Amino acid sequence: MLARLFEEIPRFFSHYNTIFLLKAAATTLCLSAGGCIMGLLIGFSLALIRITRGQLLLPARILSISYVESFRRVPFLVTLLFMFFVYHALNLTVSVFIVGLTTVCLIAASYTGEIVRAGMESVHITQWEATEAMNFTLVQKLRLVILPQAWKVILPPLFYFFLGFIKDTALASQIGVVELTYSGKVLNNKGFSAALVFGTVLALYFTISYPLARFGAWMEKKVGVSKDRRR
Amino acid sequence: MEYTLQFGQVLKYVPYLIAGAWLSLQIAFLAFCGGMVIGLLGAMGKIFGGRIVRSVVGVYVTFFTNTPQLSQIYFLFFALPEAGILLTPYEAVLIGMTLNAGAYLTEIQRAGFISVHRAELEAAETMGMSLLQSVWYVILPHIIKVLFPPLSNLYIIMTLGTSMAAIFGVEELTGRALNVNAITFRSIEIFSVTAGLYLLVTVVASTVLVLLGRWLFHVKGKVF
Amino acid sequence: MAHGWRRRLAYLRIEDVDAFYGDTQVLHGVQLSIEKGQIVSLIGPSGSGKSTLLRVLVGLNKPRRGSVWLDGKPIEYGNKKALRAARDRFAIVFQQFNLFQNMNVLKNVTIVPVRIKKRDAQQVKKEATALLQKVGLGDKLHAYPDELSGGQQQRVAIARALALRPDVLLLDEVTSALDPELINEVLDTIRLLAKEGMTMVIVSHEMAFVREVASKVLFMDEGRIVEAGEAKEVLDNPKTDRAKEFMAKILRE
Repeated sequence: MLARLFEEIPRFFSHYNTIFLLKAAATTLCLSAGGCIMGLLIGFSLALIRITRGQLLLPARILSISYVESFRRVPFLVTLLFMFFVYHALNLTVSVFIVGLTTVCLIAASYTGEIVRAGMESVHITQWEATEAMNFTLVQKLRLVILPQAWKVILPPLFYFFLGFIKDTALASQIGVVELTYSGKVLNNKGFSAALVFGTVLALYFTISYPLARFGAWMEKKVGVSKDRRR
Repeated sequence: MEYTLQFGQVLKYVPYLIAGAWLSLQIAFLAFCGGMVIGLLGAMGKIFGGRIVRSVVGVYVTFFTNTPQLSQIYFLFFALPEAGILLTPYEAVLIGMTLNAGAYLTEIQRAGFISVHRAELEAAETMGMSLLQSVWYVILPHIIKVLFPPLSNLYIIMTLGTSMAAIFGVEELTGRALNVNAITFRSIEIFSVTAGLYLLVTVVASTVLVLLGRWLFHVKGKVF
Repeated sequence: MAHGWRRRLAYLRIEDVDAFYGDTQVLHGVQLSIEKGQIVSLIGPSGSGKSTLLRVLVGLNKPRRGSVWLDGKPIEYGNKKALRAARDRFAIVFQQFNLFQNMNVLKNVTIVPVRIKKRDAQQVKKEATALLQKVGLGDKLHAYPDELSGGQQQRVAIARALALRPDVLLLDEVTSALDPELINEVLDTIRLLAKEGMTMVIVSHEMAFVREVASKVLFMDEGRIVEAGEAKEVLDNPKTDRAKEFMAKILRE
């Protein structure tokens, strides 16, 4: 078997195949990064809604909480298939990439909503009270005092979430998005050895994920240190 | 919108789906148990082992935590036959999930073990406890308290992760949902019901775990 | 039981106020009137509701019963705009300083006048610098709160409160966290403010200082005002048993 593998390698890493794989890897990254950034914008708004306290916004708050608590508890594959058929039912012809992207966005909104909320609540209540006693509006409280302190608690989990999602995007292959896992299936169907193909796919995922994981660990230390250094 | 929602057609399949959910839970449970064993060995190896053992465990953990579970199972299912090892879909999924879980569990358990400070052990020793007593009264309770939340969390994640078994034909919840979809074509209804079932299952599982933690181990936790 | 004419004269009146923390009642029918320029001190054991009373004045805790009158007008706790307007007249210095951790000392003092009260930035900066020099922190303008000692942070908090130009200054055990040699500087500042005619409500354990500076002293216990009167009277000759117990305990320390 190994002999066959070695014989295949030069054929496998042809110009076309390599470009194909690299493009697929880029798609994986774009899917994850794009979806997470868009999701963060929504998630951030969801967290803000939960902080409000007026009676008028109660239905919005309930919606926000329900959204955050539900989308995190459904597997990515199920949400993906659901969205696929929703697009179909609404007669919207979009690329599967867009379907995947919006699904990532929806799920990311849920997780990031929770992360941002936890970050804001981690700021000591005395900071909230001091701003309240000095007549800060909610926007002023968040912008001038709360968020500058909360981002340190928000950033590491947020980054790790993004990192984890890169692996989840593998499921997007099931609706036809040409990302890394899908490209593996394609090349395997073309006749290349499965060990070679899927081994390469795994290696490519690793090369994307591992450096980012190291970066995340470094960043986590940096953010934590700047908290400690001041005392 | 030309599509009209007809939940009636789908609702009669709910018992079928619930049976699938039960299989999902079983797969997650088995993979978790297997993963715990691997994790225990791995954590021990990383803490007490020599350079070689630590490197091997390190490579295993780094590899499995930086690659997708789906791709790992693909490899097991499609690549191993070339070396003569034929796995059924169920086996491939189970082994894949176990190996994947094992990597995360190694890290979790390792963090848990090293969280026992030497000071606690010294205090136990000076109070006259034997090694066995220190383990039972000091180390074990501490470790269980530290490990319970991340372990519960991982278990819920794994339960959701069983859905990818459907890709290989395993008839757990998502797999059965795909079957029903092929029969009735009521896609939106089926997948929303399936989503609802996963929600239900995870909430129930979380609640059970939180209660277990509170009553048996005095670990504080909440579901929402 | 104030009569109509006294009600109209009193600058700050707290009338029969009940306050709760969740389901626990922390203030029972509290009654208090303060004239402009008067300094009133609240004393009593911890948990007696002294801090809660200050929090009610600054709107952090809404009374479930009773009312608070400032300058002849009641504070409408339900109306957000009216509450903010009323709150504008008070400034509170908390027990735990509550400085904004993400800003340096100067920013802490200037942020509210500049950003929220929309005053001229240069003018505010000059005033803030003067205030900080007054409290002895002229050389720490650019330091961050977690680089300062507790005493220094408290003085910044006082400067921050003064920068708000309040009509009534509320001080919640501001010296409790300070080293002995620093207490006097803070007390000197408060004395200066008293001479300048600032209306103040002071919660404190510093009995000697209270006796010197306050004109009226109220002894609180378990959410009620147990004894009230002139400072020297309440502190030297407590009449109720609870007050006597408390003063004895304090003097023994």
